Amino acid sequence: MASKTHVQTTINGESIDFLCEPRQSLLECLRDVIGLTGSKEGCNDGNCGACTVVFDGKIVTSCLVLGVEAEGKEITTIEGIASGSELHPVQQAFLENAALQCGICTPGFIVATKALLEHNPDPTEHQIRFWLANNLCRCTGYDKIVRAVQDAARRMQEA
Amino acid sequence: MTTTEYERNVVLSSTEYDVVGTRPIRPDGADKVTGRAIYGADFKAAGLLHGKILRSPHAHANIKSIDTSKADALPGVIAVVTNKDIPNNDPPDTAMDQDVNDWRKNVLAADKALYKGHAIAAVAAISPHDAEEALSLIEVEYEVLGSVMTVQEAMASDAPILDEKLRTDEGGKKGNSLTNVAERFKKELLEENIRDIEEVFSQSDIVIEREFDTSTVHQGYIEPTNSSAFWSSDGRIHIWCSTQGSFNVRDEVSKVLNIPESLVKVTPTEIGGGFGGKIPSYIDPVCALLSKKSGRHVKIVMTRQEVFEATGPTPGSNIKVKVGSDKNGNIKAAQAYLAYEAGAFKGGVVGAGSQCVFAAYEIPNQLIDGYDVVVNKPKTQAYRAPGATNAAFAMESVVSEIAEKLGIDPLDMRLINASKEGTRRADGPTFPRIGCEEVLQTMKDHPHYNAPIDGPNRGRGIAIGYWFNVGFESSCTITVNPDGTISLMEGSTDIGGSRASISMQAAEVLGINAEDVRPTVGDTDSVGFTGVTGGSRVTYATGWAACLAAEEVKDKMIARAALIWDVPTESVEMVKGTLRSKTDSELIVTFKELAAELNDTGGPIIGSGALDAGGAGAGGGSFAGNIVDVEVDPETGKVSILRFTVVQDAGKAIHPSYVEGQMQGGSVQGIGWALNEEYYMNDAGNMTNASLLDYRMPTSLDLPMIDTAIVEVPSQGHPYGVRGVGEANIVPPPAAISHAIQNATGVWINKLPMNPVAVSNATRKTRE
Repeated sequence: MASKTHVQTTINGESIDFLCEPRQSLLECLRDVIGLTGSKEGCNDGNCGACTVVFDGKIVTSCLVLGVEAEGKEITTIEGIASGSELHPVQQAFLENAALQCGICTPGFIVATKALLEHNPDPTEHQIRFWLANNLCRCTGYDKIVRAVQDAARRMQEA
Repeated sequence: MTTTEYERNVVLSSTEYDVVGTRPIRPDGADKVTGRAIYGADFKAAGLLHGKILRSPHAHANIKSIDTSKADALPGVIAVVTNKDIPNNDPPDTAMDQDVNDWRKNVLAADKALYKGHAIAAVAAISPHDAEEALSLIEVEYEVLGSVMTVQEAMASDAPILDEKLRTDEGGKKGNSLTNVAERFKKELLEENIRDIEEVFSQSDIVIEREFDTSTVHQGYIEPTNSSAFWSSDGRIHIWCSTQGSFNVRDEVSKVLNIPESLVKVTPTEIGGGFGGKIPSYIDPVCALLSKKSGRHVKIVMTRQEVFEATGPTPGSNIKVKVGSDKNGNIKAAQAYLAYEAGAFKGGVVGAGSQCVFAAYEIPNQLIDGYDVVVNKPKTQAYRAPGATNAAFAMESVVSEIAEKLGIDPLDMRLINASKEGTRRADGPTFPRIGCEEVLQTMKDHPHYNAPIDGPNRGRGIAIGYWFNVGFESSCTITVNPDGTISLMEGSTDIGGSRASISMQAAEVLGINAEDVRPTVGDTDSVGFTGVTGGSRVTYATGWAACLAAEEVKDKMIARAALIWDVPTESVEMVKGTLRSKTDSELIVTFKELAAELNDTGGPIIGSGALDAGGAGAGGGSFAGNIVDVEVDPETGKVSILRFTVVQDAGKAIHPSYVEGQMQGGSVQGIGWALNEEYYMNDAGNMTNASLLDYRMPTSLDLPMIDTAIVEVPSQGHPYGVRGVGEANIVPPPAAISHAIQNATGVWINKLPMNPVAVSNATRKTRE
């Protein structure tokens, strides 16, 4: 077994220390070391987007980041999207628009959508589809997801 | 909702209710948008070990020896198992035992590897990385054999044979020669005075016969297959996994490991998609064996490559369809040859394909010839209306070609021949009330069908598809809570919002709000037997069980009110959540008020419902149709979907948003199947595109909005007339898209997928 490295990072606004092997991905560290299982593994090679997190302001697939790279970074996962017990407008819009079926891709979509709307508060349908093209959903056919993103944009502009 | 949105997602409602037909937020929603919902891979336990499986690098090979000693010796490795660790693994006699024998050989190969990815040995270690390292230390000696990848290769006279004991089964009679054809069946329906269907073809004004090939495709659920198990020293096994059927896992593990069902408890976690692919049990018995050897909890989560290479895809197929019609478009005879891949073991879905191939049509003379063929690919499994999409691609293409040649509108051609109540199918059943004509008429009246389609290289296509739906067994119990809500325990794992659709039916019976139902998906020790989440059966059968349980609660609440009021039970009724005397207007109490009094007036009230909701065809099944506009790039052959409409008969849509979701999701899987998806196999029988990058499923950017129209032709039997809507929607897209490509280019493509290479090759040929 490889020796472990001490990593100090910030996750969802909280200072976190953890130990990980150099070969462990950030996704594995989040899920198995830190216990944040909201980020999902669908492919482990960056193609499904279920493990999407915000990494120093950019959205990344956490399966393609090493755990040791989290040193000194600020990370937001699906667990950090709501404010306490109050859902974020994106989460509320996904619920009310039935934009999830099995729900396994939902954490990645919500993290990516929040980043989209912070970057572009009023995206066109094409811009939504382009931004979310790295997040695969096999259940919904994306229709209700696109509607939920449009609805979330309206809610956030009104707020 | 604006008018435009309403038109894009229309519900043609038949009957209105208070709760049924509304769109409440699903009960498990908050957990699933915050990351709190626990899926299979999220399982944790003290001392949990991680398992990995060594898989065959060869598509077909004899296993001469397996040496696990070096892996066993690696620090961190706690247990290693092979097929030899399966207890009482004796050769079987009965047909049922034969299936069990196949399951055992599939979960851990015995003497032969039958596909690349076939499990050979499994390791449990303190980390997944240690387990992975240990796999590389296992030494396996293979004798590589020739392999067969398609039904045509497998049926060739000099084909390598997968199983030397296999004999073709023809209606119970076994053949006597070596073969890869596990089963052959014939289904025939002829008019009284007809001896041979050829007579009818010879008298037809037009006969079209075409041959079709479809690729092997995967269900493509985003959550990889997973399982965690603990085999206790008292002999009991506890399994946590994401499955379409916790009782199915219980029963398969029990049979594979030769222990009684009651010693296996399966706790279903949330499940990240299945589409038929998470019905069978692959790694559950392996986890259990590793747990037995280690005395610890063991978890296995497949990699995406393992999901592609070692879990059931749905079969590729070779199909011939011949249809004869008079000049007015009346179909007189239809014949189908269906040869489907079974995968490495017998028992594929060709039978289901034969039940659907002509189902949309009333045809007086029909002949179906079906072949279940073993090939060196993983054992094929159900995938959303299994077998029907392959068959519809062939039949619908031929019907559209006849309509075109006769100058008849393709929807009129289908309306002329549409199956209806009383129509008999070649495979036996006579339809009860069904919505085939209503779906076709809705398509014809739809603004999409009547909109102009302009521009070069653009075309419109239509198709209809059928899935028979199943009933099967479901169980449900309801407890009344003191705050006037109910707790509802049911056994159907919730893949797409079924907690909501089941709860809503119970709420409707009791006259309470959907939000006042607290549903739980129970483990196999906590709820009565419930069949798989599959066959479009959950909202139908488990919803029906919930109605029965709610009716029992209603009866007991009425009896309790009568007891308290000291009046005859018959004089009390419960309407819209209020109990009242039919004769004395003073005697009135709400469900909620009475719920608070139960413990002081005779004790708690619970209700239970359990039923067998019928077999295949329960409720008559569901029809779905598509109208699709495409644009074909003449240079690259790339097909873009410009507009897509799906119409489906839901019987009664309990939660229309999730019905639309099924229609849209199934349509998009059908679009992927039509345009991109395939198992791309090299000469050695290796899948060369076993990743989500290369197995190209549709992304949001590939698609337009998917417009829906829900038709409601109530099924007979179910309390609210539900028809399951999970599957029929995947059936028409490949045929509808092929029709649209033909309309745009003049070329029929008879092979899936219709990817840019296939389309440009086909259209170039015509241009030359």
